[in-house]
Amino acid sequence: MDFGATQIQVSEEQLMLQDAAAGLCAELSSIDRVRALLESAEGYDENVWQSLVDMGWTGLAIPEEQGGAGLSVGEFVTIFEAMGKYLLTTPLMSTVLAAELLRRSSESAAHAPLSAIAAGSKATVAFLESEDWMDASLGARVENGRLIGRKEHVADAAAADLILVPATENGALVIVVVEGSSIGSEARCAHDVIDATRRAQALNLDLTVTDSQIIRGEGLALALDETRLIGALLVAAESTGAAVSCLNTTVDYLKTRKQFGKLIGSYQALKHPAVDILCAIDSSKSLVYQAAAEMSNDRLSRDARVACHMAKSKASETILFAGDRAVQFHGGMGFTYECDAQLYLRRALWVQQAFGDPVAHRKQLASLLLDA
Amino acid sequence: MATEQQLANFREEVAGWLQANKPADPGFLLPQSFMEVGSEQQLDFLREWQYKLWSAGYLGMAWASEYGGQGAEPIFQSIANKEMARAGVPIAFNVIGLGWAGPLINDLGTPEEKSKYLKGILTGEDIWCQGFSEPDHGSDLGSAQCRAVRDGDEYVINGTKIWTTMGNYAKYMILLARTNPDAERKYDGLSFFLSPMQVPGIDPQPIRKLTGEYGFTQTYFNDARIPASCLMGEEGQGWLLAMKTLQYERGAEAGAAGGLSFIRIALEDMIESLQGIKRGGEPVLKDPVVRDELMQLVIEDKALSVGDKRSVISALTHDYRGSLPLSNKYRWTEHARRMRQAAVRLQGAHGSLYVKDEQAVGGGFWQRAYLQSFSATIGGGTSQVQANIIAEHVLGLPK
Ligand SMILES: Cc1cc2nc3c(=O)[nH]c(=O)nc-3n(C[C@H](O)[C@H](O)[C@H](O)COP(=O)(O)OP(=O)(O)OC[C@H]3O[C@@H](n4cnc5c(N)ncnc54)[C@H](O)[C@@H]3O)c2cc1C
Repeated sequence: MDFGATQIQVSEEQLMLQDAAAGLCAELSSIDRVRALLESAEGYDENVWQSLVDMGWTGLAIPEEQGGAGLSVGEFVTIFEAMGKYLLTTPLMSTVLAAELLRRSSESAAHAPLSAIAAGSKATVAFLESEDWMDASLGARVENGRLIGRKEHVADAAAADLILVPATENGALVIVVVEGSSIGSEARCAHDVIDATRRAQALNLDLTVTDSQIIRGEGLALALDETRLIGALLVAAESTGAAVSCLNTTVDYLKTRKQFGKLIGSYQALKHPAVDILCAIDSSKSLVYQAAAEMSNDRLSRDARVACHMAKSKASETILFAGDRAVQFHGGMGFTYECDAQLYLRRALWVQQAFGDPVAHRKQLASLLLDA
Repeated sequence: MATEQQLANFREEVAGWLQANKPADPGFLLPQSFMEVGSEQQLDFLREWQYKLWSAGYLGMAWASEYGGQGAEPIFQSIANKEMARAGVPIAFNVIGLGWAGPLINDLGTPEEKSKYLKGILTGEDIWCQGFSEPDHGSDLGSAQCRAVRDGDEYVINGTKIWTTMGNYAKYMILLARTNPDAERKYDGLSFFLSPMQVPGIDPQPIRKLTGEYGFTQTYFNDARIPASCLMGEEGQGWLLAMKTLQYERGAEAGAAGGLSFIRIALEDMIESLQGIKRGGEPVLKDPVVRDELMQLVIEDKALSVGDKRSVISALTHDYRGSLPLSNKYRWTEHARRMRQAAVRLQGAHGSLYVKDEQAVGGGFWQRAYLQSFSATIGGGTSQVQANIIAEHVLGLPK
């Protein structure tokens, strides 16, 4: 029985990105900035987006021929970990995943949109038609030059210049590259997302499409599947960073709040769960960086898949544990909108479902480990 | 520095030697850990094995050659240890000597202490035990009351130690005793002794453990006289030396002579052991609820293995410095306990059987292993006390 590789390292690129990402997030995403954006329509700051583009992060894993840096998608864990820590949310994750899907399709029709993303276009993938992350079947279809179908939970759909829409054409999977501007407001319905740092829409699509917008090919199903797994890994990285800040917020309170004449952090009913959250964070971080070491821009290996399932399963549970206890350990203060605990708990609830919940990932993991 | 090639050659050499020299099944139950040596038969067998390991050059490799070691780089010992685990050979039973007292003497002892004690630890000739815990003072070790009173060239010891692993076989004890009951801080009244055990007035009485086996004693001191030269360091340094010993014991400090303290009990083997078990006519390994539980264990196992490797990568540990080494004992021992408990729970009706039953899965291995797992979650500082330490040292929470 083989549980997969355990090697872990930090690459040169990650080391450089680590400093850059921490610096940038600290500068651009104070908690006041995060809160200011919660109720804005866009949910992110265009200037921040421009900074990310200037850093070259949108094109990090895009091949050099299309204007990117050609690095492994695994390097992104460092960036998203830092963004999670500062609750900095932008369309970067959606854009990176759109680029992954395009690149993994290995079709020449993907080159133009990839170049656009490397140059700073925002993009997203319309993964879902229902609540079911594990269902790959599609209702959306291309017929007589029209794209027809309903997509739900489309992250950053309002911001995206390009929306990649998986659909079928004569029964075969295709990816349709749709310009955001071609979808009118009457076809869009904004979701009220529990993690108020994020934006998503449902889309009722009924559009004319030309042949040049359609990516066809044998490998699309696998590309889509791999992109979902990479999404799971990036969410795991982001939520591990968020769990660190969440625990720090709780620990700060345990060190300052007194009851019964003692700092509440001296009570083991609070102290020991804090340690268990710390241990859960340690596990998540180990699994995230191990998975990053297994990533490649080619087909994902078995061990890479194993690692992504593990990372997402653990990191989802970790942020929920941290967020849930953060509220409780702040007492009445924890029940307020003003207390940051709610930001982390809402983030945690969003994380659960994203790219599959922990049980779903363990189910797939079990098949890989026990049935092979 | 040894080259990659030298290390690879060495790995091959040890693996080959272990293959050729791994002892055959002796036909009686062998201890799963050093805390279960309960019969002369087991003792003789394990002593012979340890001597063989040492003679072959695979124990104490990093200790100086004048003390029975080889002065080699520590990496060689860790390769040898890994190969021993892989080959599934018996434990190197003299763990309190090899892993705790030995490194302490090696790092802080006088030249006389080193030449007197180190070699016998490696050969297995001199068995060591640890006299820290007392009936009324376990976790709160700093309050230990066993008395040592200086009388000329001797100290006179009175009191009781308990849970003394191998107390009835040991030649020496690392003994924590109170030399100054009036010290302002209770910690400052303690001293540390490298005490002989075969002395009139020292009486180790075996205690039977939850597994039904023997392995530790209650150790009575009744006007026992030991040479004053047994004092390690100075009077009043007992707490310092005891804490240092616990660092070795919890694996947070390097320096151990090597060898296995526990047989390797892997999660892979646990899952393998469930292969033949049925539930509702189907293999239990097909049950989705069981699979989910197993995957949770697998994920924890993998996270801990990767964490051991991450702990030496400074760029990946800056969120909480020290958390990985300090939580290592807490996490691995709790994980082992949960894993072994599940192994028993998932056996169906066979989960009710113990080691003498012919139908017991794997000879009752998992039942025994689960009961045994508490030795590690209690001994060496309980999990709850470990959690306090992690909270205070890593998170900075108040006492
Ligand atoms: C198999 C085995 C072998 C051993 N071998 C040796 C040996 O060779 N030499 C030796 O000296 N000792 C040995 N010990 C003893 C071991 O170190 C002690 O059992 C241990 O330190 C706990 O002390 P105690 O038994 O007095 O339990 P107690 O300290 O009485 O603990 C009882 C319970 O209270 C909890 N508790 C205590 N204090 C706190 C606190 N501050 N916060 C939260 N919870 C707390 C504990 O976690 C435990 O659950 C061995 C123990 C075992 C099980």
